[in-house]
Amino acid sequence: MGGFTTQFVVALSVTISLALVSGCLGTAFGLFLAISKGTALPRVNAVVTAYTTVVRGVPELLIILLIYFGGTTLASKIAGRYVEVNAFTAGVIALSVVFSGYATEVFRGAIAAVPAGQTEAAKSLGLNAWQRWVFVIGPQMLRLALPAYGNLWISLFKDTALVSIVGLTDIMRVAYVGAGSLRAPLTFYLAASALYLSLTTVTLLSIRLAERRYPALGR
Amino acid sequence: MNLGLMFDAMVVLPSGIGLTLTLTVLSLTAGFLLSVPLAFIRAFGRPGLSLAVLAYTYVIRGTPMLVQLFLLYYGLAQIEAVRASIFWVILRDPFWCALLTFSLNSAAHTTEILCRGLQSVPKGVTEAATSLGLKRFQIARLVTFPIAFRISLPAYGNEVVGMIKGSSLASTVTLLEITGMARQMVSTTFAPYEIFIVAGAIYLSLTSIAVKAIQLLERWLSTDGHPVHRRKPRLRPALADHEITTPPLP
Repeated sequence: MGGFTTQFVVALSVTISLALVSGCLGTAFGLFLAISKGTALPRVNAVVTAYTTVVRGVPELLIILLIYFGGTTLASKIAGRYVEVNAFTAGVIALSVVFSGYATEVFRGAIAAVPAGQTEAAKSLGLNAWQRWVFVIGPQMLRLALPAYGNLWISLFKDTALVSIVGLTDIMRVAYVGAGSLRAPLTFYLAASALYLSLTTVTLLSIRLAERRYPALGR
Repeated sequence: MNLGLMFDAMVVLPSGIGLTLTLTVLSLTAGFLLSVPLAFIRAFGRPGLSLAVLAYTYVIRGTPMLVQLFLLYYGLAQIEAVRASIFWVILRDPFWCALLTFSLNSAAHTTEILCRGLQSVPKGVTEAATSLGLKRFQIARLVTFPIAFRISLPAYGNEVVGMIKGSSLASTVTLLEITGMARQMVSTTFAPYEIFIVAGAIYLSLTSIAVKAIQLLERWLSTDGHPVHRRKPRLRPALADHEITTPPLP
């Protein structure tokens, strides 16, 4: 593989950090949307539904291309000079948007699955809205959401490969460059698949562990 | 925002819908046909065979489709035997490579979906079928599969939508489907968001139609709705002394 081993190590850390950053941002945004969809006005509800429908109905690749190329045009127009949105930032934004779209639906479903009696009981105990979310609904909802939420992380790791198309030097990009320069595409793409497979395996195992540690309550 | 460009895109991009739909429909069909036997093996087969199918679905579902596509399109050419064989005619063509990748991918996902459906068919149903004297293949064809298919239809809907979206990867191996056309237009007009937004809207309408179609199929196949509509009008009188009445013409 020539000198590409070190490049693969660097690329692996790029892929992992891209996934972790966009996954955390997406989770935060998804939680926010799911909570606001449940409690707020019907208009907010409609906006959130439209957001999740659009995000889940459009290819991830197209969202990445839109944010990378469109983002550069938009930022240049706002700043008045040429500003380039780098591939990592564009990737983080695009993948967070995708992740939050799916996470909203997952959390929404989990919130709906928490029995209404829990909220009523918490109210009758005199807990305020914050306390109800943090101590009563939150813990139960997160446990219910865990299996589906874990699957989102697995797809997120696979989707990071798409960011290589706009030039981010992640695993896929290093494999592409290496395959071209050493004329050994099979070796490099097999190495890349092995790396992705180990990433998804680690993710899957940690989810299984978390599921065993935090099983759904009252089942 | 340039509305004229958006209008141009609305005229040009729909010519890519054909290729997107061809790729999606063909790979879903091939994937489904491949996945039915695999799902039966995975659910009821001997442990060794079941594990082999699991290995296939695990590897395919654990790696990005982009890597698989590049592996087939660029990677296989490295092997001399492949280039010498008759398969090279197919494997050097980006369309067939994309179709093969998508079909293998769809087969892996559909196998897991159908397997879960097959496993959740109640045991009593198959036992009842056995006691009626049906053979194993008849049970699979007439009892287990129809029930499992209905159970897994919502999950299969996600797979259909995923495939429509996944077909956009074909643009990375030079195919000109919707995304490919959009990228080509962007590289000549330098107006990314107008054109990508139009492309996104086209995809959104395709996926919405797919979701609606699956919902209709679900309702049509569901057994707890109104079975009256699906029964043929009764021409024979219920009682022997009643007159034969023809149903009113619609």
